[in-house]
Amino acid sequence: MTANSSSPAHGAIVKKPHVSWYSAKNGFFTLFKYLSLIFISFWMLLPLVINFVTAAKTSDEYQSTNVMDMPKNWLNLHNYVEAFQASNMAVAFRNSFIILIAVLFVTTIIGTQLAYVLSRFTFPGNGLIRGLFTMAALLPGIAMQVALYKLMVDLNAVNTLWGYILMMCGTDVISIYVFIQYFENIPISLDESAIVDGASYFTVYSKILLPLLKPAIVTCMILKGVGVYNEYYASNLYLQDNDLKTVAIALYSFTGPMGSKYNLICAGVIITLLPMLILFLIFQKQIYNGIAAGSVKE
Amino acid sequence: MQDNPWFEKGEEMTAATKGVVDLPDTIPVNRQPRNWRKAGIIVAFCAIPVTILVVFTYFPFASMVGYSFFRMKYIGPREWVGLQNYIDVFSRPGTLSSLKLSLYYMVGAILQVVVALYLSTVLAFKVRGGNVFKAIYFFPYLINGIAVGFIFKFFFTRGFVFDTVLQWCGFQLNQLPYWLRDQAINNWSLVGASIWRYLGQTVILFIGSIMSIDQSLYEAAEIDGANKFQQFLHIILPGIKTILVLNIILSITGSLSAFEGPYVITSGANGTATLFVLMDRLAHVNQKVGLASAMAIVLLLIILVFAILQQVFFKFVFRDAGDGVAEARKKAKRMQRQRNRVAVKRTSVFRNGSRIGKERSVK
Repeated sequence: MTANSSSPAHGAIVKKPHVSWYSAKNGFFTLFKYLSLIFISFWMLLPLVINFVTAAKTSDEYQSTNVMDMPKNWLNLHNYVEAFQASNMAVAFRNSFIILIAVLFVTTIIGTQLAYVLSRFTFPGNGLIRGLFTMAALLPGIAMQVALYKLMVDLNAVNTLWGYILMMCGTDVISIYVFIQYFENIPISLDESAIVDGASYFTVYSKILLPLLKPAIVTCMILKGVGVYNEYYASNLYLQDNDLKTVAIALYSFTGPMGSKYNLICAGVIITLLPMLILFLIFQKQIYNGIAAGSVKE
Repeated sequence: MQDNPWFEKGEEMTAATKGVVDLPDTIPVNRQPRNWRKAGIIVAFCAIPVTILVVFTYFPFASMVGYSFFRMKYIGPREWVGLQNYIDVFSRPGTLSSLKLSLYYMVGAILQVVVALYLSTVLAFKVRGGNVFKAIYFFPYLINGIAVGFIFKFFFTRGFVFDTVLQWCGFQLNQLPYWLRDQAINNWSLVGASIWRYLGQTVILFIGSIMSIDQSLYEAAEIDGANKFQQFLHIILPGIKTILVLNIILSITGSLSAFEGPYVITSGANGTATLFVLMDRLAHVNQKVGLASAMAIVLLLIILVFAILQQVFFKFVFRDAGDGVAEARKKAKRMQRQRNRVAVKRTSVFRNGSRIGKERSVK
């Protein structure tokens, strides 16, 4: 019975007394359920936890002990400091921050504006624009970089922050879909009554609809922000100057001469994923919602 | 106020908009006097995003199609070679074997869907620490690719994390393969890393879908004596059918374009180079832009075929998907129309039946 009491909610509806074989079977399933959850959690956590363990080890300790042995001093922050300096993380965080702010600002503005026009007006080309954005989502980004690189070379945009920012603004499709969906749930009579009162379309967009769109904007910003912060392929191509590196590619400097100093590398990995961890703990719910919303587009 | 055209037909407009709110066409009164404003806002709001889209997506795409007929580098002269690049793509030794690698990722993706299905079914209901489990499964999705690369290089290194755990389970180190070097196993290691990263995302997707199933169905099923497995088979599985099939199809295109794992963990060494890794190397290391473009186009065509198949599949298989309500409604409408036709025929003899008939058939 003890195992049974922790079984899921729906058992509560049926209040019949449990026959012993039934409860034994139920107990087995409950046990199996939790064992499987814990088993998978173990494999999900292990690679990350070992990172924390290794990052706390001194170089001597790292070389003399097995990777799975616990460190002597858990609060050894020396590796973090060294990793932060060795990979020029301060500059990298500054660059990532600038890119993040710029991209989020631009994509939110143009995304909501486009979604407003597409969802509120019928005009020739409405379907075409939607179609163009849908098709763009099908083209895999990595393949596009072959030709995009040539364009960026021609535009003199390689090794400039603005070029990279502009490119990142152009590849945003999912959030437009989320905004359109959200707009379609706001009754059009709201626009109409404002227009009757003499408001212009821009006022309707900026003063009435944008505030109502806040949850969708937060969701999209978080998802886009995660994507921009973690983006490494294009930034590796276009931002090769040491002063322009983003956080994701600053980690790359650990390959080569430092390639076997895993206690440093692990510290670097943790430095880069710390902002994500904090964001995740705060905005867990919005992130889950965004994942679900982003999938509806197909 | 009286000369404002808006108010002349104001009554008509509200009547029309009340019924069908989401049709943008329902502001016709507004069209004449404000047309230029409307056009202005449309142009102003579309100009920037559409320009960026065209410049950074469609222009490169079009020029890529062009590049695929040339032998060229990023900078310097180009030479027209016709279809030679496409012939080279298929005659190069590496291409077909790299396409075969996507089979590993497909198997991995299916495994991922199955595990995610199990986990989401469990976690969609009340489980102790359910949120903690969810968070643990999901968090790897938020880690950047380079970090994942380092994490798994470390994880799979000889004698390190994975080997140590297996040694705890009783394996000898010399029985174990080199996880990232042995060609018999290294692609599975990469698939494992990919599952580690994306499992949580699929779980969250499925949980969302399962949550949207009508809760009273489970209660009814439970009263009818259905066990958990039967509930899964007859309530949950049909309930998330759409998103499940979508996920499986997307995982096919995803497998064809597998890139991150081999790129950051093994750099495509030891037979792990998928098509995109090859393409990246051709374009940015060897600077064979024409050949890389041809390769990209071939892959895009394959992906496009799957995308069209997906659309066709959804159109025909899920024509009558959903809870059957839409289908029932359609059928009811058809029946009603037939009845009306009969009614019109009958009533017209006695009174003004055409009016009645018209009124009804409009519904």
